[in-house]
Amino acid sequence: MGTLGSLRRKAVATAAAVGALALVVGCSSGDDSATGGGKKDGKVTITMGMYGVMGIKETGLLEQYEKENPNVDIKAEIAGDEQTYYTALQTRLAAGKGLKDIQGIEIGRAKEITETQADKFADFSDVPGTDHFLPWKESQISTKDGKVLGLGTDIGPMAVCYRKDYFEKAGLPTDREEVAKLWAGDWNKYVEVGRDFKKGFKGGDVAYMDAASGLFNAMVYGYPEQYYDDKGELIYDSNPAVKEAWNLAADAAEDGLTAKLRQFQPGWDPGLANGTFATAVCPAWMLSHISEKAGDANKGKWDVAKAPKGANWGGSFLGVVEQSPVKEEARKLVAWLTAPEQQAHIFKEIGNIPSSREALDSPEVKNAKSEYFSGAPIGQIFGAAAQEIPDKQVLGRKDGTIKDTFSQGLALIEQGDAKRDEAWKTTGERIEKAVG
Amino acid sequence: MATSTTKALAGDEPPRPSPRPGGEGTARRRGALWHRLDIKGAPYAFVAPFFIIFAAFSFYPLIYTSWISLHDVELATLDVMEWVAFDNYVELWGDSRFWNAAQNTITIGVISTVPQLMMALGMAHLLNYRMRASLFFRVASLVPYATSVAAAALVFTMIFERDFGMINWALGSVGIDPVDWEADKWPAQVAISTIVIWRWTGYNALLYLAAMQAIPADRYEAASLDGASRWKQFIHVTIPGIRSTIVFTIVLSTIGATQLFGEPLIFGQGPNGVTGGADNQYQTLGLLLYEEGWKNYQMGRSATVAWAMFMLLVLVFVVQRVIKRLRSRTS
Repeated sequence: MGTLGSLRRKAVATAAAVGALALVVGCSSGDDSATGGGKKDGKVTITMGMYGVMGIKETGLLEQYEKENPNVDIKAEIAGDEQTYYTALQTRLAAGKGLKDIQGIEIGRAKEITETQADKFADFSDVPGTDHFLPWKESQISTKDGKVLGLGTDIGPMAVCYRKDYFEKAGLPTDREEVAKLWAGDWNKYVEVGRDFKKGFKGGDVAYMDAASGLFNAMVYGYPEQYYDDKGELIYDSNPAVKEAWNLAADAAEDGLTAKLRQFQPGWDPGLANGTFATAVCPAWMLSHISEKAGDANKGKWDVAKAPKGANWGGSFLGVVEQSPVKEEARKLVAWLTAPEQQAHIFKEIGNIPSSREALDSPEVKNAKSEYFSGAPIGQIFGAAAQEIPDKQVLGRKDGTIKDTFSQGLALIEQGDAKRDEAWKTTGERIEKAVG
Repeated sequence: MATSTTKALAGDEPPRPSPRPGGEGTARRRGALWHRLDIKGAPYAFVAPFFIIFAAFSFYPLIYTSWISLHDVELATLDVMEWVAFDNYVELWGDSRFWNAAQNTITIGVISTVPQLMMALGMAHLLNYRMRASLFFRVASLVPYATSVAAAALVFTMIFERDFGMINWALGSVGIDPVDWEADKWPAQVAISTIVIWRWTGYNALLYLAAMQAIPADRYEAASLDGASRWKQFIHVTIPGIRSTIVFTIVLSTIGATQLFGEPLIFGQGPNGVTGGADNQYQTLGLLLYEEGWKNYQMGRSATVAWAMFMLLVLVFVVQRVIKRLRSRTS
């Protein structure tokens, strides 16, 4: 009986131990390689997290690097939607788990990262050979005490992409020089051309532009200050630039010039494929999206004209996580990926405009033409647009969120859910909630 | 902690007289003690793992969430907490988005649960007949349930697409104007309910079917001897026979509807999914929680929404109990 008793006692203890073990496993925090990368048998594994079409994986640069550095193995993960990507990144930064060695940072998040997460990213200021960037690009990812948290990939100078065949049907000029002249210097003229387009277009249900939010962004990003002033105070509700952009975008929406689509959301891609709109304000990086989604069937129908005014919409950085076990190797990889030659390569392949001065000056970029966009000299168009970008660009902590909220506010007008004053008020309330 | 809990539980047991009073010698008495411990203690030991895990993954988060909800905390800086007492709750009470989300949760819940359970009843009734390939139909009815929410929602999003979706194409072919399923309130809610209905009808039907098969066949025989039609049999024999299962599925569906999240999130996609449409026209409480926590990064407000949801569920069940008690008293 005694032995049987002790056996049972053991069973009780075992059951309890199993329970305790489950607790321990559930709560244990962090292993050696919290970022997925590491070194093993002389082989270095570097993990990357990116979003959208940054062009780094798509143009074969990672394979090239692996070939040149046989001991390096790169694992890249790409999220389609930046909002989803950034939410996950925030959660992982807070938890200190699940991060990649290299993380992409979108311009709208740069300020928040430099203000709140500076200690979690590695410094690039002492990495050699990284002094070839546009000065404003580097300042956007630098902290007040001079730490550089990442290196720039592309920037977003702006143009207008338009369908030549639709312009012809509407009785408008089709040559890119003449088209650019129609709206030179003033976004109001761009909307004015839209009214002519609507009157003149015969042959189906085609809207002038894809979304009011595209026009809004293009206008707002043409000013040095957008939603915040350089002291970090919110000025979105008093900044005349924002109000002006809002009113013009609302005009376009109310006049039925938009296809009521939401950029990068479902509906936009089939809209491109089926040609339901004639123009889209396009930052350089959007060209790859348009050509991919509009597909071969529309090759040669699209063209690119100079935008009414210069502006910078978007652009990204690559940062290295401080706790990465392969920090040195990752920084080296980032420096290589953002070097002038590689940036020029990405531009040549898919049209993302370099943030490197040297790359912008290279003949490869200057002479580039896009076959898809009717042979448009995109190197010259976007290169010139890059010169028009204001030298000073004030970023704010919640730029990305505020931009999304304004896009939704304009959607309210497009969908007929609200008049513009009401939509403006709703947008303001939502921003208060989001940033307050 | 685990060991001590078990011991404490076993030790708290009140002393009882030995089953055989006047036992011979200490060895025997010790044996009896072990025996008693075995009978009384073992069950606790065996259920302990569940309750330990429950404590770690349900009870602790619940308490911690309530603690967070009394603070101002941002996701990026979880270690910086500012005590605000019940401010978050007061603010939530006065927030139109909360009431809008609560209302959407109820309306989407009703237009997805009611048709779903009715259709499941009908389907189970049909599956209960003798028919060819009944196994095939039973398995097939479970397939939607086995599909992931994400996949189902993505497919339905394309089907309900405004310009090139299948539904609008079908409507157009019979001369009905296209519906902007995402942008308009009721169409969006109907579309989301469709995803829910599609996924869960078969699952509920199988639950009903299992219950129906437990109804003794002689009841049907007696009913048909009395001249009851198939429909009468369904109403007077089948439904009362599976009443407890119906109540169970209603409880399950209510909890499911309260937590509705994946379908509307993916239906809207991107920033629109998080806010439940540009006009919050299909934002559920689950989405509001997500928006506060993972778009606005306000963990305190997010936790407040979580607690409000929990309390709503408790309220629903209290009301249901009260009604039940009142009804049983009157009858």
